[in-house]
Amino acid sequence: MSMPMYVSPEQLMKDKADFARKGIARGRAAIGCTFADGVLLCAENPSNTLRKVSEIYDRIGFVGVGRYNEFDSLRKGGVRHADLKGYAYSREDVDARSLANLYAETLGGYFTHEPKPLEIEMLVGEMGEEPDGDQLFHLLYDGTVMDMRTFAVIGGEAETIRARLEEAWSREADLTGSVAAAVAALGGPDRTLVADDLEVAVLARSNGRRAFRRVEGDELTGLLP
Amino acid sequence: MVLPLFRPKDDPGPSFLGLLDKVGMGPAEAFFRADRRRADGLVIDGPERQLSPHATTLVAVRHRDGVVMAGDRRATSGNLISHRTIEKVFPADRHSGVAISGTAGIAMEMVRLFQMQLEHYEKVEGKALSLDGKANQLSQMLRGHLPLAMQGLGVVPIFAGYDHRQEAGRLFQYDVTGGRYEERDHAATGSGMLHASTVVKLRYREEMSADDAVDVVVEALFQAADEDSATGGPDPIRGIYPVVATITAEGFQRLEDDLVAQRTATLLASLGGNAAAGGATT
Repeated sequence: MSMPMYVSPEQLMKDKADFARKGIARGRAAIGCTFADGVLLCAENPSNTLRKVSEIYDRIGFVGVGRYNEFDSLRKGGVRHADLKGYAYSREDVDARSLANLYAETLGGYFTHEPKPLEIEMLVGEMGEEPDGDQLFHLLYDGTVMDMRTFAVIGGEAETIRARLEEAWSREADLTGSVAAAVAALGGPDRTLVADDLEVAVLARSNGRRAFRRVEGDELTGLLP
Repeated sequence: MVLPLFRPKDDPGPSFLGLLDKVGMGPAEAFFRADRRRADGLVIDGPERQLSPHATTLVAVRHRDGVVMAGDRRATSGNLISHRTIEKVFPADRHSGVAISGTAGIAMEMVRLFQMQLEHYEKVEGKALSLDGKANQLSQMLRGHLPLAMQGLGVVPIFAGYDHRQEAGRLFQYDVTGGRYEERDHAATGSGMLHASTVVKLRYREEMSADDAVDVVVEALFQAADEDSATGGPDPIRGIYPVVATITAEGFQRLEDDLVAQRTATLLASLGGNAAAGGATT
């Protein structure tokens, strides 16, 4: 009888993390940032139908990168969680924090217990009643969750893009300004992204109850330099 | 709470009712699904019927830019008035609305579930249902509700919306069995529907403006309240006026009470007599 090969936990986790990171790095990046009127979600996505940016609830939006089927199933789970919670309690009781925790648990569970970790990275954005309440949750493949009130970059070349956005981003920017900053950071110095390469949505205080609104077509073209 | 994730064979798809079913959360099960545990022995008739408030007259009129919907504010339990400011006209989603008559508690829950159903579909699928799809959903909920309707807790809605494909307003009438009847020009439901319909029929003009349609529904509800004790008329003392909403390409919009009060005052003035004196002071 042969003994199963011993792999140390450190090695196992490292291998899983490398595997997930490689998968995520192959995809294009996405940005979430706060701006004067709420939260901007912006992804590089040449597809017009397979979405990376989506609406979860009245004030909550979602961006996923990596394997489409994996983040899309978590997106649906998020919509279901939020709708059930709003139905059972009240619409105001639905918040991004508890959703982010559930996402973190799920991602962590896959990372630790499943043979293959999820090759995805996600952002959950929430628009507050006041600008102070705007928030972003950044979720990693292993269940790590980080909250921020500024901006977050996920997907391939995230570090480079983050460095570029750091210089251009401003909390007080309007929609035009923040779209310009996000798109320039995603494209970098050598590429000019056009409306067809992008998927942009906002959670804006001016949009009424369902704050999520896609910015597309002519409107998006008009916002690009 | 855990994240509701499903294996492909258990996945409820974009249906919110299906989801409630899967997670075992549900008045929805008892209310709107015929094949579920239902209160078989329960027949609500006679004096007990007065226990549940009933909501009454609703009208919808098509105009050149969409549809106007309106409902009075009264709910009755038998011969008593149980609520004076109940609302019976609701947005179903951005471009459609639903108005309900019948057992108020059940009707409101049905509206809430219907709203969730449409929003949930839109978010899960990334695309809103067609107007026919929305109308069909409401049919199915009514059909599921039939056993309770047979026991005296019926709900009869009107559904109206702006159809972006046909670039026109459309309206649908229902019966308790879930039967769905698209109406060309106008629809009414509730105990005062006969009186309201007569007014709408006489005042209706092809291609009328939204403004004129508002005047028509205000008058229809006034006349219905005049004849039917279960329909509430305008109440200037308390400042209670019908709920009037317009649905156009821009979406569902409820008119301000002040505006409806103004239209009511104009109507009362045109009707003359004591009604004008009482109605014009708000």
